Amino acid sequence: MFNKVAHGFKTAWKGLTLTIRHLFASNAKRKITPVSSDNYFKSLEGTNTIQYPKQQLPVPEVGRYQLEVEIDDCIVCDLCAKICPVDCIDIESIKATEAYGQTSDGSPKRIYAAKFDIDMAKCMYCGLCTIVCPTECIIMTNQYDRSVFELKDLNYEFSDMTPEVAAEKRMLLDKQVAERQAAKLAAMNKKEGDA
Amino acid sequence: MNFYIKYLIVAVGLFAFSGFFALFGVYAERKVSAFIQDRLGPTETGKFGVLQTLADVIKLLIKESIIPAAADKLLFMLAPAIIFIAVYMGFAAIPWAPGIAPSNLNLGLYYIFAILSIETLGILMAGWGSNNKYSILGAMRSAAQIISYEIPAGFAIIAVIMIAQTMNLQTISAQQGILSSEKSTFLGIWDVSHQGGILAWNIFRAPHLIIAFVIYFIASLAESNRAPFDIPEAESELVAGFHTEFTGMRFAFVFLAEYSMMFLVSMVAVILFLGAWNTPLPNMGSVRLADWTTGAAWGIFWTVLKVLALVGVQMWIRWTLPRLRVDQLMNLCWKVLTPLAFVCMLISGVWRLWVM
Repeated sequence: MFNKVAHGFKTAWKGLTLTIRHLFASNAKRKITPVSSDNYFKSLEGTNTIQYPKQQLPVPEVGRYQLEVEIDDCIVCDLCAKICPVDCIDIESIKATEAYGQTSDGSPKRIYAAKFDIDMAKCMYCGLCTIVCPTECIIMTNQYDRSVFELKDLNYEFSDMTPEVAAEKRMLLDKQVAERQAAKLAAMNKKEGDA
Repeated sequence: MNFYIKYLIVAVGLFAFSGFFALFGVYAERKVSAFIQDRLGPTETGKFGVLQTLADVIKLLIKESIIPAAADKLLFMLAPAIIFIAVYMGFAAIPWAPGIAPSNLNLGLYYIFAILSIETLGILMAGWGSNNKYSILGAMRSAAQIISYEIPAGFAIIAVIMIAQTMNLQTISAQQGILSSEKSTFLGIWDVSHQGGILAWNIFRAPHLIIAFVIYFIASLAESNRAPFDIPEAESELVAGFHTEFTGMRFAFVFLAEYSMMFLVSMVAVILFLGAWNTPLPNMGSVRLADWTTGAAWGIFWTVLKVLALVGVQMWIRWTLPRLRVDQLMNLCWKVLTPLAFVCMLISGVWRLWVM
């Protein structure tokens, strides 16, 4: 029993000396260095707290953080919405009556995006959408700090089309479809008449 | 009439002191724990976060007091008050300086230990009244722990009483310094009645009291439910133990009681073993350090300094040692501390008869 008591005191004392050393060690505030710095894993002096809004750890530019869409480069191919494992991308497309422009890499744009919503509350930050995008218009930025008061504020809307313009385009498309239908019908009737 | 006004002022003063100490204690605890763990602790509210606990108190004050529907309302509402009052009443018999004590009781020590035991009752009431399995588990553990640890603590105290031959805390204090009316000897051989200082403290008048002090200190940690003996509120197992269901002001009272208890048990330890309000500086020839640093104001200064040092050790231990299991706790109490305390008591008798 005596040995056990002595051992108990010895080990307790060992722990107590360790903590008292830390209590009176340097209480210097942490200096913010990026993880790439040589000293990052060696700096064991001082406190470890990062005072977040005032101090921020630099993050790599290619990190997987919030999504961003450059809507002018989007050809509304819907690939990102299809590959998304959590279905957080919601696209409503309207076919244009003709190619109406070009993306910055030269692909013709034939479809309007009436709606291009990404629900960041659902997003799991896998980055698959950025990989499949043919025009590299959907990218991940280095922004990770976004807190909102309303859940709906986490639904990012990237489409720059107003509802009126969308309705107009939809009407034009309907008209074109109707015209083509009529032309097709006329052609078919003609074919039947010939036969 | 003046008599009652004086008592009222003393009571309010002690209440204000325990409240202030709880504020200070919580802040100190957070800072100490933070620095031990290489963190910063509170930094935002006020300079270095000094207003943090005040802000917490205001938050607790304006919080809703919720009584669970299935709770035993009377027990539930009374429990925090009883827990706190038990500790607060303990302060009544504590001497602060030569001639300064709220009440100079003949049986001061006995009274303190009797009144502190009532805290267990409050904890049991809180646990039972909450009608919650975690609360009742915590309360049962607390009762088992406090009752067990009162035995080694009691015997360690009896060892002191046998040396001091009195239960009057003011007399016990006076014996340990230059104001002593009887002869006091350092380790039983060197007459230090006129040197005083650290040499005349109880732990040096009778060296086996160092062991008694360690026993008492360990037991006092258990009695104030502090880590490593915090199984009554073991966060990782019991949510918060007996005070799981308390909110707002009632929760604040439980906290106030815990910190007052820390102060009180440290103060009893200081009075019994570490020279109470006596200065640690001895007279050396014509350098009358002990004479110069004895007096009412000095007494309060030394008491508070020593008590704060002990409270600091309590915090230091809390943030170092892991929690004991129930069986380890009982092992330590019954198989180690209790026999050792018995031995201390025996030596005290022998010491009193043959050495002093």
